Amino acid sequence: MTGKLPGPGPGERMRPEGRRNEDGIRIDPEAEARHEPRRAVLSALVEHQPGVLAEVSGLFSRRQFNIESLTVGTTVDESRARMTIVIEETRPGIQQAKKQLRKLIPVVSVRELDHDSIQRELVIVKVNGDEPDKVHAITEMYGGETLDAGPRTITVEITGNVQKIDDAIDAYKQFGIREIVRTGYAALSRGEQQTAEVEETVKLTAETETPADDD
Amino acid sequence: MSDSAQTPHADEVEAEATDEKPGQPEGESHVEPIENGADAVVAALKNAGVDYLFGVQGGAIMPVYDALYSETDMTHVTMAHEQGAVHAADAYGIVTGDPGVCMATSGPGATNLVTGIADASMDSDPLIALTGQVPTDLVGNDAFQETDTIGVTQPITKYNHFAASPDEVGDDVSTAYALADEGRQGPTLVDLPKDVTQPETDVEPGKPETPDTYNPPEKADEDAVSEAADVISDADKPVILAGGGVIKANASDELRAFAKKHEIPVMTTMPGTGAFDQTHELSMGIAGMHGTGYANMAITLTDCMLAIGTRFDDRLTGDVKTFAPDADVVHVDIDPAEISKNIEADYPLLGDAKAVLDQLGDAMTDSPEAEAWREQCQTWKDEYPLDYEMPEDRPLKPQYVVEQFDEAMPDDTIVTAGVGQHQMWAWQYWTWTEPRTWVTSHGLGTMGYGFPAAIGAKIAEPDREVVAFEGDGSFLMTSQELSVAVRENLDITIVVLNNEAIGMVRQWQDGFYEGRHMASEYPWVPEFDKLAEAYGARGFRLEDYEEVDEVIEAAMEYDGPSVVDAIIDPEENVYPMVPSGGDNSLFALSEADLDEI
Ligand SMILES: Cc1ncc(C[n+]2csc(CCOP(=O)(O)OP(=O)(O)O)c2C)c(N)n1
Repeated sequence: MTGKLPGPGPGERMRPEGRRNEDGIRIDPEAEARHEPRRAVLSALVEHQPGVLAEVSGLFSRRQFNIESLTVGTTVDESRARMTIVIEETRPGIQQAKKQLRKLIPVVSVRELDHDSIQRELVIVKVNGDEPDKVHAITEMYGGETLDAGPRTITVEITGNVQKIDDAIDAYKQFGIREIVRTGYAALSRGEQQTAEVEETVKLTAETETPADDD
Repeated sequence: MSDSAQTPHADEVEAEATDEKPGQPEGESHVEPIENGADAVVAALKNAGVDYLFGVQGGAIMPVYDALYSETDMTHVTMAHEQGAVHAADAYGIVTGDPGVCMATSGPGATNLVTGIADASMDSDPLIALTGQVPTDLVGNDAFQETDTIGVTQPITKYNHFAASPDEVGDDVSTAYALADEGRQGPTLVDLPKDVTQPETDVEPGKPETPDTYNPPEKADEDAVSEAADVISDADKPVILAGGGVIKANASDELRAFAKKHEIPVMTTMPGTGAFDQTHELSMGIAGMHGTGYANMAITLTDCMLAIGTRFDDRLTGDVKTFAPDADVVHVDIDPAEISKNIEADYPLLGDAKAVLDQLGDAMTDSPEAEAWREQCQTWKDEYPLDYEMPEDRPLKPQYVVEQFDEAMPDDTIVTAGVGQHQMWAWQYWTWTEPRTWVTSHGLGTMGYGFPAAIGAKIAEPDREVVAFEGDGSFLMTSQELSVAVRENLDITIVVLNNEAIGMVRQWQDGFYEGRHMASEYPWVPEFDKLAEAYGARGFRLEDYEEVDEVIEAAMEYDGPSVVDAIIDPEENVYPMVPSGGDNSLFALSEADLDEI
C-alpha cells in the first residue's frame, strides 16, 4: 500500500530466447516457418435433418474458414447425408475445421480425404454458338455431353476432377463463355477404404442394396 | 493427435448422462400424471433434479408456466428482465456445477436471453434455456412475437433443438439438459412451440438420449501421459497454468496435491481463479492482461507449461508469438478442438482434468529439479507485488475497498462482478482460496452480469455470503433486478465502485486515444444508495476511509440486499496492464510504462 512498485521497468526485464509464429507454434528464431494454405477435401457424414447445412455453413462463416465448395446429398442410409467440403487453409486451420465440425451434434463423422480419393465435379458451360463443330470436338475430347444447342449458344456438361474441368473451361474460352455453373466437389475414398469413420452400411444387407462401385 | 483419440465411447456418455442426482431416485420423482407437452417438459426438468428456474412469463411459454402452477418441488424465480434470468441461471450453474435453467417467451423474451447464452457459451457454463415459440403453423410467417430462435442461437449454443411433437418434448428437454452438463459444459436451448406444449400427451420423458457423436473421453492416452510426465519431470522452469476447466472438472484438490507434491508454481487464468490457493507459497497469482507482473514473467520464461482446461484466450496470451516462447506445452483439455487452437500443444492430453491429473500423478517418476526457478519466481513476487497508492483522506481507492471486504468476509464468500475496472480490481485484490467463488463474465465481458449473477449464486448457496462488485455503468444495466432481490429477501451486498464513468473505456482512452473521453463519463448516474432504498433495499454511501469498516459491518449485518455506493477516485486506473495483443513480460505498471512499450 505504498504506491512504490520496485521492479525493473519494461525495458530492463529478462527476455526469453525462442518465439512462436502466428499459429502459436514454436519456431527456430533463425528460420520462421510459415504454413502455406493448402486445399483439403473433407467428407462429413451427417444426420439428414433440417438445419444441418445451416449449422455447418454457420460454423464455417463464423470461424472464417476459407470455403471453396460444399455439396450435400443423401446416402444409402436415408437418415444420413454426406457433405463434401473443400477448404483452403493452413494446416492448423484444417485441423480446427475438422475438430469444430466433429463437435456439431448432428455430425456423425468427419474425415479428410487422401489425394488419391475419387473427386468429381460437374460443370455446365454455355458458350457462343458460332463454331458448333469446334465446340463439339472439345466436348468429345473431354468426354462431355451437349445439353442444348441453338443458333446462338451451345450448352455442355463436363464431369471430372478439378484439373480436367479447369482445362476444359480453358479450352472453351476461345468461343467466348457466356455463363458457367459448377457444382463443387463430390468425393469418396478409393477402394476398400471407408469414407466415413463409422460403418455406414450397418443398416443395409446384401439383399436390400449393394453400395455403388467406386469409380 | 491422431483422429482415433476421439473415437466415441457411447456407453460412457450414456452412463454419465443418466447419473442420478442425490435424493432423486430414478422414476420416482414425478408423481403428477402427464397430461400435455408442458407437463412432460416439467417432468423432464424434475427428473433431472432441477430445483430452481429463472424466467419471465409470456404468451408462447404460458403452457409451461401453467404446468408449474401446482409444482412444489421446483421453485420458479420471476426476474425483472430475461437477461437477469439467464445470468442468474448461469451463476447458479457455475456455483452448483449443475445446469442452471432459464425460461422466456418467444420473440423478445428469447432475444433478451441471447447475451446471457452467448456468455455461457464463451465460459463453458452449464445452462439450459427453454423458450416459447409461436405455434408451428405460424412459424416462418413473421407471426406476432416470432423470432427464429434456433437460427439466432445456433452459433452460441452447444446444442439447440426445435421441439416438434408433444410426445417427444420431454425427451428433448432431458437430452438438452444432459448435453449442457456433459464433457465440456455449455448452454443448450429447446424451442417450444405452443402447439407442442399445449396438446395432450401422456408420454413420460425417458432417459436422456445423447447422440453417439458427442463423446467426452475421460482418461487421456496412457503413452501420451507418460511422455508428458517425463517432460514435466525434466523441466528446469516448470509452471502450471490452471484454467476454468480445472474448476469445471472439480479437479482443484487434484491440482493442489500435484503441484505441492512436485513443487511446481501455479498461476491461474481469470476463469481458473480459485482453482489454487493464493495464500500458498507456490501460488503465482493470476495471469494475463491485468494479471500480476510475476505471473506474466513466469509465463514468459517457463520452459515447461502444464496448461489445464484453458482455451488460451487472447486476454491471457497477448501476442501468441511471445507467449511462453521457450516452453514445451502440455495441454490437458476435454475438448479436442481446444488443443492447438491458439497455442500449439507439444503434448496434448485429451481428457477430463480430474482424471488426467490423477494419471499424471501416477506417471510422474521424479519431481522437476527447479529450486533455482522457484527462487526466481519468489524474486518476481517481491519485485512486482500488486500495489497502489493510498492517500490520507479522499478520494477512496477502489483497491482498498475490495481488500477491506475481503478481510471482513469469510473464505468461501462468493464474489460476482460486472465488467470493467471494478471487475479487475475485485479479481486482483481479493484473496482467492476456493473454487467456485469467483463468478463473472470472462469471455464475453458482459456489463451488468454481476448483480443478477449474485442473485443466482445466493439462491444456489443461501448459507454463504455473496458480494457483487459492480461499476456504476454495469449496475445501471441490470439494477432493476433489485426488485427481485428485495422480493426474495436475498442477503446480498452490492458494492458499486462508482467512478462516474465507464472507467475501463476511459482508461483505454487515456492510454491509447490521447485522453479524449468520448462517451465514457457518466456524471448523471443516480445515487445508488437512494435507488436501493426506492426498491426497498438498504443503501449506504461510502466516501471516506474512516467509514469503510463500519459500512461493511452494517451492510453485512443487514439481513437483505444492500447497496454500497462507494464513491472512488475517478482517476484510478488498473495496473499492471499488458496492452491488447502485447508481450506479457512487457506489462505496464503505470501510464509512463505504456509509453515505453
Ligand atoms: C454490454 C456491454 N457493453 C459495452 C461494453 C464495453 N465496456 C467494457 S468495460 C466498460 C466500462 C464499464 O464501466 P463500469 O461498469 O462503470 O465499470 P468501471 O470500468 O468504471 O469500473 C465498457 C463500456 C461491455 N463490456 N459490455
